[in-house]
Amino acid sequence: MIRLAKEYFADQRKDDLHELGKGLQRSDAPGHVTAKTKYFADRTFPGMLYLKMVRSPHHHARIRSIDTSEAEKHPGVARVLTHKDVPHNVYTILILIQVGPEDEQVLAEDKVRWKGEAVVAVLADSPRAAEEAAAMVKVDYEVLPAVFDIDAALKPDAPLVNEYHGQNYYLYDSGECRKVRFGDVEKGFAESDHILEQTYWSSPIEHAPAETTGCIVVPEGNDRFTCYTNTQAMFFTLDNTSIILQMPGQKLHMVGGTVGGGFGGKVDVTVEPISILASKLTGRPVRFVYSREEEMQISSPRAAEKIVLKDGVTKDGRILARQVWGYTDAGAYSRHSPYGAQKGAAHYPGPYTIPNVSIDTYCVYTNRTPSSAMRGFGVTIADFALEVQMDKLARLIGMDPLEFRFLNAYRDGDMKAHRQPTEGAALIECMQEASRTADWPVAERFFKMSSYKTEA
Amino acid sequence: MAKKVPLQITLNGEERAEFVESGSTLLTALRDRFDDTSPKGGCNQGTCGACTVIIDGELRLACLTLAEMCDGASVQTTSGMAKGGVLHPLQRAFMEGFAAQCGFCTPGMIMAAKALLDRVPNPSRDEVIEALAGNICRCTGYEPIINAVLEAARANSHNAA
Amino acid sequence: MPLSLRSFGTVEEASAALKAPNARYLGGGTLVVRAANEGDLTFDTFVRATDARLRNIEITGSTVTLGASVTMAQIVKHPALAFLAPAARAVGGPAIRNMASVGGNLFAPAPYGDFAVALLALGARVDVGGKTVDIDRFLATRDESRDVVSAVHFELPKEGAFRFAKVSRVKPKGVAVLSIGALIEQDGAGAVKAARIALGCMADRPMRAKAAEKALIGSMLTEDGIAGAAATVGEGTEPITDPVASAWYRAEVLPVHLRRLLLK
Repeated sequence: MIRLAKEYFADQRKDDLHELGKGLQRSDAPGHVTAKTKYFADRTFPGMLYLKMVRSPHHHARIRSIDTSEAEKHPGVARVLTHKDVPHNVYTILILIQVGPEDEQVLAEDKVRWKGEAVVAVLADSPRAAEEAAAMVKVDYEVLPAVFDIDAALKPDAPLVNEYHGQNYYLYDSGECRKVRFGDVEKGFAESDHILEQTYWSSPIEHAPAETTGCIVVPEGNDRFTCYTNTQAMFFTLDNTSIILQMPGQKLHMVGGTVGGGFGGKVDVTVEPISILASKLTGRPVRFVYSREEEMQISSPRAAEKIVLKDGVTKDGRILARQVWGYTDAGAYSRHSPYGAQKGAAHYPGPYTIPNVSIDTYCVYTNRTPSSAMRGFGVTIADFALEVQMDKLARLIGMDPLEFRFLNAYRDGDMKAHRQPTEGAALIECMQEASRTADWPVAERFFKMSSYKTEA
Repeated sequence: MAKKVPLQITLNGEERAEFVESGSTLLTALRDRFDDTSPKGGCNQGTCGACTVIIDGELRLACLTLAEMCDGASVQTTSGMAKGGVLHPLQRAFMEGFAAQCGFCTPGMIMAAKALLDRVPNPSRDEVIEALAGNICRCTGYEPIINAVLEAARANSHNAA
Repeated sequence: MPLSLRSFGTVEEASAALKAPNARYLGGGTLVVRAANEGDLTFDTFVRATDARLRNIEITGSTVTLGASVTMAQIVKHPALAFLAPAARAVGGPAIRNMASVGGNLFAPAPYGDFAVALLALGARVDVGGKTVDIDRFLATRDESRDVVSAVHFELPKEGAFRFAKVSRVKPKGVAVLSIGALIEQDGAGAVKAARIALGCMADRPMRAKAAEKALIGSMLTEDGIAGAAATVGEGTEPITDPVASAWYRAEVLPVHLRRLLLK
């Protein structure tokens, strides 16, 4: 049940809201329940080709040669695509906002860097013929040593994952990591009664949407293409496709917005450019839809993370210093991970006011499936680590964990470590409400606190 | 080229006949030949339930059923649920109870729920959970769906009374 | 080659057609159509038999005969097979149970095949290729078999003698961490006279826990009485590792679940 707790911040509110707090019919629900909602795959076109991707069976390997001759001769096959067919084969999604370098090949040319990387695209007039022809593509690999976790990747003698970066971490303009420095963390530790350093690890998480990633492309004549897609990022897709195919955007008509579950898993640009290219080169409609196995293994998951938190706390419950080393496992390519790691840097103090903070966040490359966006990526796992750490700190000094959070909660006007003043905070009030609702009593003085007034 | 075979079914009460490819699934046949895209291909391995249909009164997965084996059968899908523009109580309850979020699992969920209500008009909560066990939803957390099925059962019995 | 379906009136004809190397017998479709959907190129022809007797459940005296095409849902509904309903209900969701067949379950690779675990515990006999073989032998040689299973037979167990448990993380439908079937005969005082214990997910197919069976003989089904069985139930197992659980985990929890099942 939704209840608007209007007693909080009553003097800050003009109570003239017309929609908040009221139930509204979702506009798409009638389509959903009658099954009239049209998902991208709910259409078929005469002469449609099915795209099957030949993928790397190795985590890390050099490609010696690619032989598609047998596949090309297979009945039903219209075309077989390799890196040679892709106009601008090396891309990175965030180049659109100048986060380079371009580090990922649309179809692998010289090397594969994760198990499942796309190498050859086969187009045939039935899924079965495409499967059969894909099995006939011969790729000669020289298997290379691979790294599978953050620590192994950062060792000085680790195999180099991605030559476009030159080292196994992303080089920010600030250097090997994103840095936040606030106050004097060493002084803070020196003044603390206790210091707690803990390491937190997380594994990749797959979004597993009900509908797998895919698109259908139809050539419209005049070198224009309509792409029916379930991307969550229509304009990332449009602009990256434009770069990869070296085609002006007005030639590309992206149709989408109806997504059978995304959760961040459909913001990468993995199916549209190659499908549009295939449609352009064959003149036929092209359908490329991930199998369930591809959705689980190929589509990018949430990144694995390693988080080291070091906190200095006084025995009466004030956190005086926090030092953080955060590591995001990007997998083999950047995708959205340099941004995710950067987001973590701004987030790590959590919703707490800490006078001395030092944060280093790294985006690390390994031979794993490239990770990318997923619901609050860069901060969700951080919050897990932070809040577990808060409980441990409270236990360390023998304080109630909720009272400990009241003491350290940020309030309006407090300066955050990354130099953004706090405004519109309501953490104190949320905790007060949570204390009542969850029947987790705290001392009366915490109910006198406010996010925007200091208590008397 | 794949061999084509004739397939005659009663689809949502209507006599229909099309040629389908031998060895193709009912899911492919319904979506590509009979223009009924209400069953969805979520996994094509019998795990997600998005392709759930009712064949001769029994709940089935269209992705694991060969089309030819349905010759002469009666097939019900969610696209045939609303009669004369009036929503089925299950559809209304799903809509009003926020039981559909991305909507992709919804047609399968509604079929699984209908098979239950056809057999057990007033199911217990546990019976609903059991009946929906073959259908995966990644958005809602299931609670609104379970509640919608119970609500539809209440609405049904209210109408019958 | 494009896929195609060949239907035959009898098991014999279907068996003959199955001799072609590119043919696969189609039961309920939950394994074979799935394989085709996932790009299995080792076959292109589905072969099936339409003989209605394959869907029959017959009970003659104390002997039960299940046609190979009998579905899990048929077993769940059959009043005389109530003891077996938990094992049939352990397979998939409602739609899968309307499709998945007794014969198909005998071929299901771990972690599937929960119903075959129950049949192994029951000491079923399998009609295959015109012969009747013990389920133990059938399971051991199933990969080489190119014959059609037409039926399975077993004796109705005494009231309460059959126990079954499927352990899964997602309920009510989830892939097995493991499954256990047990057929236990006790004397008047409650001491175990004979025991058959079958395990799922403890190898690539259902297997017997013979050491545990032996350890139970003469024991009461008490905490102390079953200690020997719990200690030896892992002997000879080679649990599978999959996304649901590691081999290590399966081995660790097996004695726990055997204990719970035997003390139930």
